[in-house]
Amino acid sequence: MAIAATAAMGGARASTGAVYDDWVVRAFALATIVWGVVGMLVGVVIAAQLIWPDLTYGISWLSYGRLRPLHTNAVIFAFGGCALFATSYHVVQRTCQTPLFAPALAKFTFWGWQAIIVAAVITLPLGFTSGKEYAELQWPIDIAITVVWVAYAVVFFGTIGLRKVRHIYVANWFFGAFILAVALLHVVNSMAMPWGAMHSYSMFSGVQDAMIQWWYGHNAVGFFLTAGFLGIMYYYIPKQAERPIYSYRLSIVHFWALIFTYMWAGPHHLHYTALPDWVQSLGMIFSLILLAPSWGGMINGIMTLSGAWHKLRDDAVLKFLIVSLAFYGMSTFEGPMMSIKTVNALSHYTDWTIGHVHSGALGWVGLITMGAMYHLIPRMYGRKSMYSVKAIELHFWIATVGIVLYIAAMWIAGVMQGLMWRAVHPDGTLVYTFSESVRASYPFYMIRLGGGLLYFAGMLLMAWNVFMTVRNSKPAVAPVPVPAYT
Amino acid sequence: MESLFVLIPLSAALVLAIIVVFGWALNSGQFEDLDNEGRRILDDADGVVDPGQGPVQPGSEQSREN
Repeated sequence: MAIAATAAMGGARASTGAVYDDWVVRAFALATIVWGVVGMLVGVVIAAQLIWPDLTYGISWLSYGRLRPLHTNAVIFAFGGCALFATSYHVVQRTCQTPLFAPALAKFTFWGWQAIIVAAVITLPLGFTSGKEYAELQWPIDIAITVVWVAYAVVFFGTIGLRKVRHIYVANWFFGAFILAVALLHVVNSMAMPWGAMHSYSMFSGVQDAMIQWWYGHNAVGFFLTAGFLGIMYYYIPKQAERPIYSYRLSIVHFWALIFTYMWAGPHHLHYTALPDWVQSLGMIFSLILLAPSWGGMINGIMTLSGAWHKLRDDAVLKFLIVSLAFYGMSTFEGPMMSIKTVNALSHYTDWTIGHVHSGALGWVGLITMGAMYHLIPRMYGRKSMYSVKAIELHFWIATVGIVLYIAAMWIAGVMQGLMWRAVHPDGTLVYTFSESVRASYPFYMIRLGGGLLYFAGMLLMAWNVFMTVRNSKPAVAPVPVPAYT
Repeated sequence: MESLFVLIPLSAALVLAIIVVFGWALNSGQFEDLDNEGRRILDDADGVVDPGQGPVQPGSEQSREN
């Protein structure tokens, strides 16, 4: 008890003599910023191509069909992936109070992951694709991903095994579930028969392939873009707010409820297709159930500021973290609603889906990543805060305005497209041709491009701020304290 | 729908595995002191130096950083 009391006073604790392995945390954190700039730039380019199709002069390498997978891979797996590596390596060491297990293997995951990203940047514009959404990379790169991912799992779970405290903090459960689920999803969905060095045929065909693809696709959203980033949320919000999570019990319930129910939401991507009707309904029901744990987690995170709301006014980093949860709540309400078959009949194949994805991607994943990086990067360089706090505040506002423009434009465009496509004359003929719905969408594509440009400008501002922060600082050496409790 | 013959058993096996892990967490005392576990991560002031002290100077351990 006496030792615990000393720790609670916040005084410097005795060091074990070891130091945390933060090189890999710093490397992944800086890579997050670099790939964020690249991925969002490509996003802006393809948004412009939807307005001006000849923007890249018909150069096939820069055509929409090749740049679009480059954009999704860059923002999800390069920007988001590097952020997850950086934060999970940081959180697992601090909460387990031990350096990494196999730090050399952790460095291998850094260089391996960067090599995979570079391979994607080269092969996707060249047109090498397996044609599977969010899993476009060809089989040699798929094998490399598997090798790096196994190394990641060894480092992460090895570090959990070395922990000096008995309890495994809830963020680690989320990170652990994310690592294991992504391994399983990637291996099953990528099974293919190689046909030459850069070609392959999926092991599955037709509707079988579609089912496997969206079992993968939706769980990639569920475990990569949700569970992983919830791990970030459950560590960095309490740390930045300097308050414990609102209800730690609820966070445990959130974790188990989420992982028990996520696996079967995938079929909602295949409503009104050749997929059996009962599978579609099953996917819809599981999607609706998911609203409960999602909102439980959102409320838990936001209520952490209960009684200290003034921090939200004063602290720009907290604004990023808390508003990201507001977007998480919004998109986890919108998602189950869109999975209802009658709603989906209107929304499917329209830009509403694009708006939904981006309220999750820009609002939830993007903002929580930026908030966590604004917390993490100065501390990794021995500073209390970033070079410019005002720039963080500015970044928050232009990013938020950009998101609102983007998703509002896509909502309107999406509902409009859905209504135009289903409009019929009394004799059953279509009122509008498809191209008329495209022409009607142009003004909203302009607004979307404006929103995307704002969001990208915010990312450039962040890159400048990170550069200035790092330029005049030296990497901090953080000693591992003697655990105050077990 | 042959792919369901893969996915449904896989999901069922996963749920069983999750139940086993949950049982381990329950029986090994992971949930015994939840009132304090959420608070403990706030104990260490990670990487933050006292104001005015400047950035932490890298020590001899720096060599392993690269």
